[in-house]
Amino acid sequence: MSAPLSDRDQARRREFHSYVWGAGLALVLTVVPFALVHWGGIPRIDLLVTIGVLALVQLLVHFRFFLHIGFRQKREDLQLILFSALLLTIMVSGTIWIMASLALRMTLAAQP
Amino acid sequence: MNREAVRHPGLNLGAAHGRDDEAAERVMFGFWVFLMSDAILFGMVFATYVTSVHATAGGPGPHQLYDITSVFVETLLLLASSFTFGMASLALKYGPGKGRLAGWMIATLALGIGFLALEVHDFTAMFAAGGVPSRSGFLSAFFDLVPLHGLHVAAGCVWLVCLLGQIARYGLDTQAKLGVMRLALFWHFLDIIWIMIFSVVYLAGLA
Repeated sequence: MSAPLSDRDQARRREFHSYVWGAGLALVLTVVPFALVHWGGIPRIDLLVTIGVLALVQLLVHFRFFLHIGFRQKREDLQLILFSALLLTIMVSGTIWIMASLALRMTLAAQP
Repeated sequence: MNREAVRHPGLNLGAAHGRDDEAAERVMFGFWVFLMSDAILFGMVFATYVTSVHATAGGPGPHQLYDITSVFVETLLLLASSFTFGMASLALKYGPGKGRLAGWMIATLALGIGFLALEVHDFTAMFAAGGVPSRSGFLSAFFDLVPLHGLHVAAGCVWLVCLLGQIARYGLDTQAKLGVMRLALFWHFLDIIWIMIFSVVYLAGLA
């Protein structure tokens, strides 16, 4: 009777630590970009790239530690998430690309 | 240390919950489909914002309107609420009783309401500085994106209150358990959207 109980306690501790780790990592990944923007002193392009990379890392941290997504998902769950990510990438980057290209050509055309 | 089978993405109830754990599989998959469609909605609104970020039409821009301190506090509130909801999920899975679960849910609700109050305060300050949605394409896109997230958080808060009522009235039955698990996914999902908002809108706008 005591063996399954201890298994359960172990699982509980492991899952509690997962949330603590997630919150800790997310806190660091939040504070760093805010501090960089607040105190400045970095070239704008470098700053934008840093913000983007840290945001993506924090996204993965939240997925891993809060939503508990790993490689042990069932096939259809993983397919759903990956296919949605593919759709998002195509639609968002496509929109931004086309509209930026359009804006560039409009300003070029407006010049004499 | 042998781990149980994973029935769905997110914290699984585990075999100790018996039929409730089995019932979760289908319901949670359906909710993931909804979340992913919501993610695509947000993605397109983000794309709209990014394409109109320079369209200020001579009106106030990010540097005149955004308040980084306030956004930082909002971010911390939402992150803390994600953690308290995680604790609520653990209280649901391991107990004991429903008092602890209700406590963490109420803490999450308080943090969510705090976030919304600060956000409303931000928008009021923006309005006062001439940043109204009709001023420019940039502001229309901003007020399309950020309040859409706020609306989701408000819906999450209403859902929390409903679940608390449901648990108080009917106890922790299958419906209530699955409700808390779905709201947990929704809440963590909204925190992820907020990461994108503070990075793409606020930090990139002020960089």
